[in-house]
Amino acid sequence: MNLSVDLAGVTLKNPVMTASGTFGSGQEYSEFVDLSRLGAVVTKGVANVPWPGNPVPRIAETYGGMINAIGLQNPGIDVFIKRDIPFLRQYDTRIIVNVCGKTTEDYVEVVERLADEPVDMLEINISCPNVKEGGIAFGQDTKAAEAITRAVKEKAAQPVIMKLSPNVTDIGEMAKAVEAGGADVISLINTITGMKIDIHKRTFAVANKTGGLSGPAVKPVAVRMVYQAAQAVKVPVIGMGGILCAEDALEFILAGASAVSVGTANFHNPYASVEVADGICAYMERYGIEDIRELIGAVR
Amino acid sequence: MAKRKESARVLSQESLAPGIYSMWIETDMAEEAGPGQFLSLYSKDGSRLLPRPISICEISKGRIRLVYRIAGKGTEEFSAYKAGDSIPVLGPLGNGFPLEAAENRRAFLIGGGIGVPPMLELAKKLPGEKKLIMGYRDSHIFLKEEFEQAGPLYVATEDGSFGTAGNVLDAIREHGLSADVLYACGPAPMLRALKDYASERGIEAWISLEERMACGVGACLACICRSKEVDSHSQVHNKRICKDGPVFRAEEVEL
Repeated sequence: MNLSVDLAGVTLKNPVMTASGTFGSGQEYSEFVDLSRLGAVVTKGVANVPWPGNPVPRIAETYGGMINAIGLQNPGIDVFIKRDIPFLRQYDTRIIVNVCGKTTEDYVEVVERLADEPVDMLEINISCPNVKEGGIAFGQDTKAAEAITRAVKEKAAQPVIMKLSPNVTDIGEMAKAVEAGGADVISLINTITGMKIDIHKRTFAVANKTGGLSGPAVKPVAVRMVYQAAQAVKVPVIGMGGILCAEDALEFILAGASAVSVGTANFHNPYASVEVADGICAYMERYGIEDIRELIGAVR
Repeated sequence: MAKRKESARVLSQESLAPGIYSMWIETDMAEEAGPGQFLSLYSKDGSRLLPRPISICEISKGRIRLVYRIAGKGTEEFSAYKAGDSIPVLGPLGNGFPLEAAENRRAFLIGGGIGVPPMLELAKKLPGEKKLIMGYRDSHIFLKEEFEQAGPLYVATEDGSFGTAGNVLDAIREHGLSADVLYACGPAPMLRALKDYASERGIEAWISLEERMACGVGACLACICRSKEVDSHSQVHNKRICKDGPVFRAEEVEL
């Protein structure tokens, strides 16, 4: 039985990875799961310099999900290279570094710093809803998205994944725009902008007022968008949004995702990522599927 | 000492005061946990994904006592669990109170409101001279008998219905108490006042903080507090309460 998938020439032992921002750089969850059992670890977004992030409260639980506005707190690329990459290198898994920035120059600087580092792929976050500049500013306009993809691709030594926002009118157009800019892979969805009001304190539940909604509540939206993106482009698509278990992951794969990311589920169950991988295996055995690739985009 | 998620068995459940519950659970995390650490409890309702961090109140062989306040639907669900029920638990989490800081020194153990419970296990474990100062809102004083067995107890109530009228600092003043080190858990204004009190008198202070948490293990960066110096992990003035704390040296953090 074959579980390995190919993303722009990078082979993953299985299609299960972690969603950026929910898994740090793997160290904390390595106490619960063997990272070598994952197709890839996608790190929390890293910028050219350390970012302090947003004030607290940064999260709030919502029905079947949560809202977060962490604000891309990160230690900056210098410490990331010194500390986080060597940590992940101890494991037999692919390393995908999520890159964030406020300007095109910020993104390019991080991408250049990573050129000689032993990482397998870059994921460019143009979809964070929780920072004022950068992030989403690039992710809601097709021309801006195409331009930043091109700028990053010019300097990138590794294949580039562009991570798309669901907070757009036409996800197919956004997918086509980053493909035109040279994206090797597309990942989606980032969180859906949301809001929660604390009726007892009569205030916003997170200090940033708005935050990104994630968790099972968003899954049907995510599956629909992954399907539409996969229909719109030729490059591989990584699907995520509310995956709690293997059955959820398989919906994304059947909708056209070549790989999937487990995010919020890690908070609910620290073993979720590996359990999703095991569950996909069990599903394939049950239905006599020899190769995971038979399932990718099988529902049209 | 490995953190893990497991299904623990509820041994007992009782209400100690309005909205305050005490639950003993059976778990071998008891062999590893220490005072000031916490467990994350999960709801069985799929609409509530995030674990609820609850401080450890007492530890005995193979059992842990959690005393918690009903703060919403999740904790309300826990309060309905009865002996024999199972409950999913993640732990033991966080860094607890350092016992060695009280070696050959007189200690204050100070709790306020729902910050009272974690001081009980500390009171039981801490050797040497200690004074227990607990602040409550009103006459619904919980864990009083347990504290009295562990050391001299001084109670303050906001409404003056029992002990000193006022807060824990009022109780310290009224009884003319003094110490060389203090441990505290409670609401932010209390911790702020204790930090100032300790710094004015050159007392070493260890305080336990709380914040809304998601992962509970240091990955998601939801529950940060502001640190005085640039933190080596975050590279900014942020520390993770769940992983770097919840107990901090008072001067390390900005309140």
